[in-house]
Amino acid sequence: MRLTSEEVDHIALLSRLDLSPAERERAATELSQILDHFEQLKQLDTADVPPTEHVLPVVNVLRADESRPGLPREGVLQNAPEHAGGMFQVPRVVEAE
Amino acid sequence: MSKYEIVIGMEVHAELLTQSKQFCACPNEAVAPPNTNVCPVCLGFPGSLPVLNAKSVDLSLRTVLAFDSKINTRCIFERKNYFYPDLPKAYQVSQRLLPLGEGGFIDIDVPNGDGTSTVKRVGLHDVHMEEDTGKSQHGESIGDPDSSLIDFNRSGIPLLEIVSLPDMRSVEEAEAYMTALRQLLLYLEVSDCKMELGRLRFEASLSLRPWGQEEYGTRVEVKNLNSMKAVRDSLRAEIERQTRILDSGGVVVQQTMLWDEASGTTQPMRSKEQAHDYRYFPEPDLVPLDIDSAWLERVRASMPELPRAKNQRFIEQLGLSSYEAGVLTSSREIAEYYEAALEGYTKSDGGAAKAISNWVCNELLGRVNAQNSSIAEAKVLPAQLRELVQLIDAGTISGKIAKEIFDEMFTSGRDAKSIVEERGLTQMSDTTELEAICEKVIAANPKAVEDYRGGKEKSFGALVGGVMKETKGRANPALVNELLKKALTQ
Ligand SMILES: [Zn+2]
Repeated sequence: MRLTSEEVDHIALLSRLDLSPAERERAATELSQILDHFEQLKQLDTADVPPTEHVLPVVNVLRADESRPGLPREGVLQNAPEHAGGMFQVPRVVEAE
Repeated sequence: MSKYEIVIGMEVHAELLTQSKQFCACPNEAVAPPNTNVCPVCLGFPGSLPVLNAKSVDLSLRTVLAFDSKINTRCIFERKNYFYPDLPKAYQVSQRLLPLGEGGFIDIDVPNGDGTSTVKRVGLHDVHMEEDTGKSQHGESIGDPDSSLIDFNRSGIPLLEIVSLPDMRSVEEAEAYMTALRQLLLYLEVSDCKMELGRLRFEASLSLRPWGQEEYGTRVEVKNLNSMKAVRDSLRAEIERQTRILDSGGVVVQQTMLWDEASGTTQPMRSKEQAHDYRYFPEPDLVPLDIDSAWLERVRASMPELPRAKNQRFIEQLGLSSYEAGVLTSSREIAEYYEAALEGYTKSDGGAAKAISNWVCNELLGRVNAQNSSIAEAKVLPAQLRELVQLIDAGTISGKIAKEIFDEMFTSGRDAKSIVEERGLTQMSDTTELEAICEKVIAANPKAVEDYRGGKEKSFGALVGGVMKETKGRANPALVNELLKKALTQ
């Protein structure tokens, strides 16, 4: 089953990847091979196999509801490319009307 | 009547009343200086690991128990993937395949328009646990049209999302749903429900369909609703907009609209993030929850009496009217105040529940509401109100004087007894003393006496008024009636 170029573009957008035409071609081939592999797996009868929720046989890892102060703000913002008024500054995300 | 049937569903996000966040120990506070309640976990730093807050699971369980939802005692968290600057990990931890609660319902009171209401059951799709995102401000509001600013204090605050079925058929039903849900969450003490702080957030989805049509019309989501009024107004505006489109033969486009309070219209949300393809998958950093019956029972035992049950009990066991029961159970604080005032008080004629109800509903809440205050802040404590009513019951003071005393109690918080003593307001129940006053009033009002003896019952009231005036309202009214009648028939 070969992915269409539209499907590859959609996945690239969701992953925020900017692919060149050559990379897109390669991704289409590789992703299609992966999907083919899953098609093969689908032939197995899993009717009696419970879904794997987690790979560890552990449940209920919880902490008591106790708070402690956050990090100092200078530290929080020190690696931010830009900040203003104690907040992270990014290019505008909601377009103007 | 409109040509179209209105179909409304609601998505509600409630921030839970915990000390700390869902997956880290940062404080869960609605108001704090930007980016001060943050740590590597809620900032999404690589290598940090989330650990679930036990209290938040308890609060969520309390809620699904109240909704009578089917509880998935084994449930898992999943990642909902999307890119947005206020989501530092680029995924939100949420639940989809195995949410904590599935199904369930909320009973709402839909007003009939004549003061009465009808109970309607609104079904729920599911109730799931997740984490809140950060908060962003955009463009002009921050003085820079090209930037957005992000504060991550809200990132990771425990959130419960309650998704209804599209069961509501009018704006009034949507309002009744919000009122009932808010009341329930407040009773359960799972959220403080402060809409103005975004602690409780409503999103509506609305579609129209011609009457009789089976399938739903195209639904439009309405967001940016930070008050009950905004929900009401935006739904009305959106109904009008969709009606106009359908009337002119157009097609409603499936989209998200933002309510614009200033213009009173809904506007399409335009976001660079259009591709809504969340690619949920099980969160490998969190192991499943396995809630055993002991855990469930512990939570069940922590639940208060719910507003509907309380309302029913007030009517059936205390003999209150449905109006009174409605007022007294409208909030948990009022109900608890009422019950505390009533505690241990039995009236000779059995009307204690009614008497206390009158004082709470009329005198106390009247004054509290006039001050835009809350019953929790009232200076008069439940036991003090009970003492006042007991003084009336014992005949120490008259009902009329009691209201004056209550005024003083409400402003100063003093005890009724000390006010009565200080002002000498004790009711006069001394027969000899009152007889003398009655004689005096009869002698001073020959005309009224003559009219009364001539059959004018009304004149009797003037004579009672005379006695009350003489005693500055302190005379025991029942005794005055009796003594006057006796004196007049002699
Ligand atoms: Zn944190």
